[in-house]
This record gives sequence, structure tokens and C-alpha cells, in this order.
Amino acid sequence: MHPTLTLRVALRAIGKNKMRAGLTVLGIVIGVAAVIVLVSVSQSAGLMIHQQFQSLGTNVLFVIPGSQQGGGIHLPTGSIVTLVATDADAMTAECPAVLATSPMVSARAQLVAGNQNWSPDQIYGVNEKYLTIGNWRIKKGDYFTANDVHAAAKVCVIGKTVVDNLLGGMDCVGATIRIKNIPFQVIGILEPKGANLFGQDQDNIVLAPYTTIKKRVSGSTFNNIDAVFVSARATDRMQEADDQVTQLLRQRHHIRHSTLDDFTVHNSSEVANVLNIITTVMTLLLGSVASVSLVVGGVGIMNIMLVSVTERTREIGIRLAVGARSRDILRQFLVEAVVLSTLGGAIGVAFGVLVAIGATCAANALLSGARWPLTISLNAIVVSLVFAGSVGMFFGYYPARKASKLDPIESLRYE
Amino acid sequence: MPLIQLRDICKTYQLGEVQVHALRNASLNIDRGEYVALMGPSGSGKTTLMNMLGCLDRPTSGSYLLDGEEVVDMSSDQRARLRNRKIGFVFQNFNLLSRTNALENVELPLLYSGHLRAGRRRERVRLLLRKVGLESRMDHHPSQLSGGQQQRVAIARALANQPPILLADEPTGNLDSHTSREVMELFGQLNREDGITIILVTHDQAVARNALRSVVLHDGQVVCDSTDFGRATAALYQTEGANP
Repeated sequence: MHPTLTLRVALRAIGKNKMRAGLTVLGIVIGVAAVIVLVSVSQSAGLMIHQQFQSLGTNVLFVIPGSQQGGGIHLPTGSIVTLVATDADAMTAECPAVLATSPMVSARAQLVAGNQNWSPDQIYGVNEKYLTIGNWRIKKGDYFTANDVHAAAKVCVIGKTVVDNLLGGMDCVGATIRIKNIPFQVIGILEPKGANLFGQDQDNIVLAPYTTIKKRVSGSTFNNIDAVFVSARATDRMQEADDQVTQLLRQRHHIRHSTLDDFTVHNSSEVANVLNIITTVMTLLLGSVASVSLVVGGVGIMNIMLVSVTERTREIGIRLAVGARSRDILRQFLVEAVVLSTLGGAIGVAFGVLVAIGATCAANALLSGARWPLTISLNAIVVSLVFAGSVGMFFGYYPARKASKLDPIESLRYE
Repeated sequence: MPLIQLRDICKTYQLGEVQVHALRNASLNIDRGEYVALMGPSGSGKTTLMNMLGCLDRPTSGSYLLDGEEVVDMSSDQRARLRNRKIGFVFQNFNLLSRTNALENVELPLLYSGHLRAGRRRERVRLLLRKVGLESRMDHHPSQLSGGQQQRVAIARALANQPPILLADEPTGNLDSHTSREVMELFGQLNREDGITIILVTHDQAVARNALRSVVLHDGQVVCDSTDFGRATAALYQTEGANP
């Protein structure tokens, strides 16, 4: 029989008994829906962790001056002064995988405004690219420009914690604060970022041009810097950026082959990789637990198909008598099982997607401040549909084979 | 060369320890266009012979040439093809697919022969239903048809692939005398006008009388094969006397 005809016969047989077909595929529906929902939830969780991680900065590498080996004596990290601002510029210019860099100079000092004082966690001297690298935004006012950096202008932007504690939460763009008695104009306020993964308040911060901090606040005559923030062009190019930066710095610092680097590149992609592995494992684990129910659904299909074959013994006999070959019968029942399970899979996908959307909305509504992302995995949909179809094929084969082995004479006589 | 040539057909069933000889060296020739009634008391091997002729069953030994082809060594797929192309079955209990309408029932053998496209198939089905006088009942399901109408749908189905042979097993067994007569008239017409070979298994002498040749079976053997219906009934009475 022609395949499309076989399909039509199968669809008709299913359509004749809709209630039973519905109950038969229920197992598959639940199984597929469970796979879709669980994979979606675990991927959303992964994405949320990833977003948290991204809030630390976009694909950031962190270069700090490293230990130096001199005459057999190891000096601690950061104890040398070889990393300079021009290194940062050279990275931007010469490393293709690097999007932007910012030198960083940190200082600790007391802030004074009027009769209030406050000590922020961080006073960072950075350049005009830092906001891009740190994935940060200005809430009000402006950020300083390349000109400000060049001119070592006495301007700064401050975080929310500093605004609250030093300036009493006032609208303070244009206000003047003193850092080590040097007046700085507040030209912008940073958007609140909250605590980072380690619980540190990221809003307790002052950002100013690194030139200003270095020359005026630290009063240093050296031109070394404390670190360089490097932003790679893409997450998957972080290792490439790492290698290019390493090579460039070794060259610039005239480090010979046998000698250790005089700097260290911290690559956050290692942490990101670990997080990715964890979420992948979680997704696989939940997905495979859910797929067990798919197999159970397949057993349900086999059960009903066996009943159906017995019920339709006479039909099989008639078909054999008018010239059906045993493979026609096999195909008819097999197609019926596969159509049933694929249909169940499709319903399950629709159901699972709805539940995933509902769960996301509920999570975002109930947990204040949660921004749980919605991820529907196309892979999960395709894989579970194919899996559902194969389950139907696997569990439909035995009943179909049984049907095809029936004896025409006995089947015709069957009551 | 005869259309059907049975030579020394034996069929033995194993029922536990006992061997049952359903057919014992039955030999029979039937030519194209004949109208044959198979008679005999129950247990005489009529049904077994019918299944054999219909290629539903294979003999334990002997030879069966259908249209010159040896059926005995054929695979089940080859026999399915023969059933599809050369043989039409009409059963006592009609054996229509209950959940499909008359049109789809008649179409069934055409689906398995697969040589006609959908349009031509429908055309052929319509023609067949017109032939049996049921063109207006095409979309009726078997449960919406009377017994006689169901049997006529079954006859239309049997003729779908224009087979040379029509095998009817007690075709009037479930019908009243009036509709029986109608069905038998249809058989007579098919035999006369279309030259279809009809083989009829029946208990009913009124039905068997319509055939032009009668074959009486007893204990798995052909005991009478005659065009004279009187001789056949005599032989039949004899077997019944011997086997009360």
C-alpha cells in the first residue's frame, strides 16, 4: 500500500477512537512536557547565573603585575612596577581578540562633602572605556571622556551607596566632594548594581580618571598602574585574548623564554566554563530523568496497541483475504503507533512550552526583583519529538509484528 | 487448460495426539466460466477446500495449479497477491469493515493492488456499486445497510480487481429467502454476463440448485461431481444416511 494511504488509514483508525487515543498518548504527552519544562527551567537557571556573572563585566580579563624572579628571590604579586598605561593602549591596538582595555589605579581615601565623610570600598582610577568593559551604565549625569582622562580632570562618578552615605541621597550631579582634600566634581551617578557573587557591595565606589588618581590622589611619580581590565570581543574568544595579551606583554616587557611572566592574566572564562559545565550537567540530568517518563508512556502505547490488535483481529483477517501482505499489516500498525506517539509528542511540546512560560511568569511575579529569563530549547523540542517517535516505533513494533503474523483463516473466524 | 486444477490434495491437521484428515486425495478441475456448488455434510472438508482454493491455506500434499501457476510452493506474499488479483471472497457474515463506509470497503482490494490512482479508484468503486445496485448508498456504513445490501457491498468488493474467480462461502446463510434470491440472481448474472467463475459452498439445496455443476464432498473426498443436480442430491442424501 502507498505510504500516504497507510498514513491516512492510521489517522482514520486513531480518529475512530479519539478518547482512547487521547488516553494512550497521555504518557507521551506528560513525558515530553516534562522534558521541555525541566530542560527549560534548568537552562533558564543557567542563563540567570550566566547573567549574574556577566554583570561583573563583559568577557573580562584582569591583568595584574606579577611576581618577579630576581636572583633566586620571589617577590609577591603586584610588587613590581612594570605594568604601565601604554601596555593597555597597546593591547587595544595590537590584539585582535581584544575589544577594549582600561588601566586601573586604586586608592583608599576618605571622602568629604560638607560636614559628612565616608570611606568607599573602592576608589578606582580608570579610563573612558571602563563602563563598557564593566557592563555598567550611568543613571544620571555623564561619564568622563577621553579628554578628561588626558587632562587629568578632577571629575568623578559615584555609586549609589556613596550618594546615600555621603550626600544623604540628594540629587548631587554637579556637587563637589573632596578626596584627600582635592575637590572633585561629581559629574554622574552610576546605576545601582547590588552585591556581587561574593556579597561585596558594588555600589560603594568612586570612579575617576586614572591619571587624576595616580598624579593627584596617590601623588605618585611613577607611571605604573595596578591592573588592566581587558574586554574580549566574545565569550568564546576569551582564551584567544588571554594568549594574545600574554604574548604582547612578554614582548613589551622584554621577557626571555626561560623567565616567568612579570604579570598575571586572570581569565574569568574559567569560572564561566565551570558554571557552564554545571548547568549542562544539570540540564542533562533533569532531561534524562524526564525522559524516563517518555519510556513509560511508550509502554502505555504498546499496551493499547496490543489490545487494539486483538480487537481488530477480524479486520486484519479481512485485509489479508483481500490481498494485504503481512508487511502491509505490520506497516499499518507500526505507522499507527508512531503517529500516536508523535502526536502525543507534539501535544506535549505545546503543553510543555505553555507550562514553561507560565512558570517563568509566576516566578517573576512572586519573587520580587527576580528576572528569571525564559528559554525554550529548540534542541529539547526536536530531540523529544524524535525520541517520542522512536519510542512509538520501538514499542509499536511488537504489537504490529503480532498483527502481521496472524493467520488469515483464524482471524476471519475470530469473534 | 482448466483455470483450477487440484491434484491429490491432502490436508492433515494435528489436534493434540489425533491427526485429522480434512482432505484426502481430493482432485478437482474447474474451467473458466463455470458455476460450481460445493456441497457436503458438515465436517466433509468443504471449508478446508474453500480455503485451499482461496489461497488462504496450503495443502499438506498435492498440487494446486491456479491459472497454470503452482500455488503450493508460493510464499505468503505471492499468495496475497493471488488473492488480491485472481480471487474475490464473499462470506456468510459479509466481513465488511464496520467502521468504514460502503465506498471504502469496496476500495480496499484496490488499495492493496495499488495500480490505480485515487480518481480512477473512485470511478471503479462507483461502477461496481452501480452494478450491485447500491450507488446511492456509497457513504453508508455497514450498520446502516440491510443484510442483503451488506452482502451486495461484499460482492462489489470481491469484484474490485476484476478477478476471474468468485468464492462464496454460504453467501445466503445470513439472509432471508427473498434477499437470498436477489443475491443468487446477481451471481447468475455475473456468471452469464461477465463470465466469472463462481464457486459456491452451501448447505442449502435451493441455493445450490442455481449452480450448473455440483460437487459433493464426504470425509475429505469428492464423492460426486455432476452437472445433474438430481444425482448430486442423491449422493448427498447417501452421505447423510451414512453419517447421520
